[in-house]
Amino acid sequence: MIHQYQLNGYNIVLDVNSGGVHVVDDITYEMIQMLTPPLRGACPKDVADRLSEKYTKQEIAEAYHDVYTLYENDILFSDDEYEQFSDMMVSSPVKAMCLHVAHDCNLRCSYCFASTGDFGEGRKLLDAETGKKAIDFLLVQSKDRRNLELDFFGGEPLMNFGVVKEIVAYARSKEKEYHKNFRFTITTNGMLLNDPVIDYINQEMSNVVLSIDGRKEVNDRVRVRCDGSGSYDSIVPKYQRLVEKRGQDQYYVRGTFTKYNLDFAKDVMHLHELGFDQVSVEPVVSDPKLPYALTEADLPRIFEEYETLARQLIEKRKKGEGFNFFHFMLDLDQGPCAIKRLRGCGCGNEYVAVTPDGDIYPCHQFVGMEEWKMGSVLDNTFDLKKKSYFAKANIYGKEGCKDCWAKFYCSGGCNANNLQYAGDVLRPHKLSCELEKKRLECAIMMKAAMADES
Amino acid sequence: MKHIKTLNKANLKKSAAKGGCGECQASCQSACKTSCTVANQKCEHAK
Repeated sequence: MIHQYQLNGYNIVLDVNSGGVHVVDDITYEMIQMLTPPLRGACPKDVADRLSEKYTKQEIAEAYHDVYTLYENDILFSDDEYEQFSDMMVSSPVKAMCLHVAHDCNLRCSYCFASTGDFGEGRKLLDAETGKKAIDFLLVQSKDRRNLELDFFGGEPLMNFGVVKEIVAYARSKEKEYHKNFRFTITTNGMLLNDPVIDYINQEMSNVVLSIDGRKEVNDRVRVRCDGSGSYDSIVPKYQRLVEKRGQDQYYVRGTFTKYNLDFAKDVMHLHELGFDQVSVEPVVSDPKLPYALTEADLPRIFEEYETLARQLIEKRKKGEGFNFFHFMLDLDQGPCAIKRLRGCGCGNEYVAVTPDGDIYPCHQFVGMEEWKMGSVLDNTFDLKKKSYFAKANIYGKEGCKDCWAKFYCSGGCNANNLQYAGDVLRPHKLSCELEKKRLECAIMMKAAMADES
Repeated sequence: MKHIKTLNKANLKKSAAKGGCGECQASCQSACKTSCTVANQKCEHAK
């Protein structure tokens, strides 16, 4: 399977099954469009005839020689040999948990998927005993996996900071006995950060996600306190202090863009200007009827904005001032293995969410949907039938994914978004698909542009 | 090659043979939490 496209002056050919990325000239681009595998040693006559209207015989022969060399090296028109791994798409140990330490929040962001923090279940905090039971669950269910991830999530987790510390201490006390390595992360809105909290996070958390949407007017339109006032002025200096003290790149400032800021490249650049070099700004996913929702009508504008952002990032990188934009990060040589790409996000299989009541859900986005509850860490119930269902929610199980060129990059999309906005876990949310494909095209083009420099 | 510049050396197919150890980061734990992206994760063995 081939995906070819032109962007920012580059002719790009992606060989889907091998992951080979090729930048080609015009004759080769046109030739590849006309070819159908299997290829033979000489250019097919009908292809050569069509190209001869624009190109010489020698040019056609040379271009075909290059194409055929890649074909023989199995990095162009390469076969799909992944079906043999389909038996690896089975129930796996649980190795990652989103622990909801607070179903409460000190902000009232209008787009919050958690119903301003309580997930529609009432405001409550996780108690330490339930938190420790969640750790016990993870220690047992992770079986032979050594690296365990625990994300302190909310609501706003710092509203329950004492319990966070208790749980971290408890988990650390079990690492040796169970031969595990805990990696903690925390996702915060920043309001309650102060020096002692910052120092604790920087010491214990392998990653920290700091929520902010970008420019002051953009952030403060949506990310507001209970009294309606904006959060920007309070959080920016705290984030700057945390990142300065952290002194490494394992963090993200993370924003959401909506219909209100389709010029979100400006927000990405603004966050960089504030001194942050690990930036993620992501599309809101919501009911299309809501005023801030992104819809298919917005796609051309969003695509244009992603292209603008990509060009600006290229310029920055060429000047040695580059920074990471999460959705354009792509390592063409050392990314995740094909098995991980086939499996997808792992929601409900390798990854679960646990609520303040100890209830287990497939992921944080499913919390509050009673029919998707998988069990409880309090009585050690765990619905293995649901787990097996999610294990099969990979690109071979989802509508259209098997034949999509982006399958090894997005891996089937977000199961929760699929369910909420496309009606079924196994039916990809088309708007998200389109955005993902555009981001990938931009990310690959950026690689081409940077290779041009070297 | 005169007509083609290939940007990467790795072949995804080869990564499948020894892949699937499951020790790498779950994608939603990195930053996204709403928009699944898997390809921008790192292989645990490439760190």
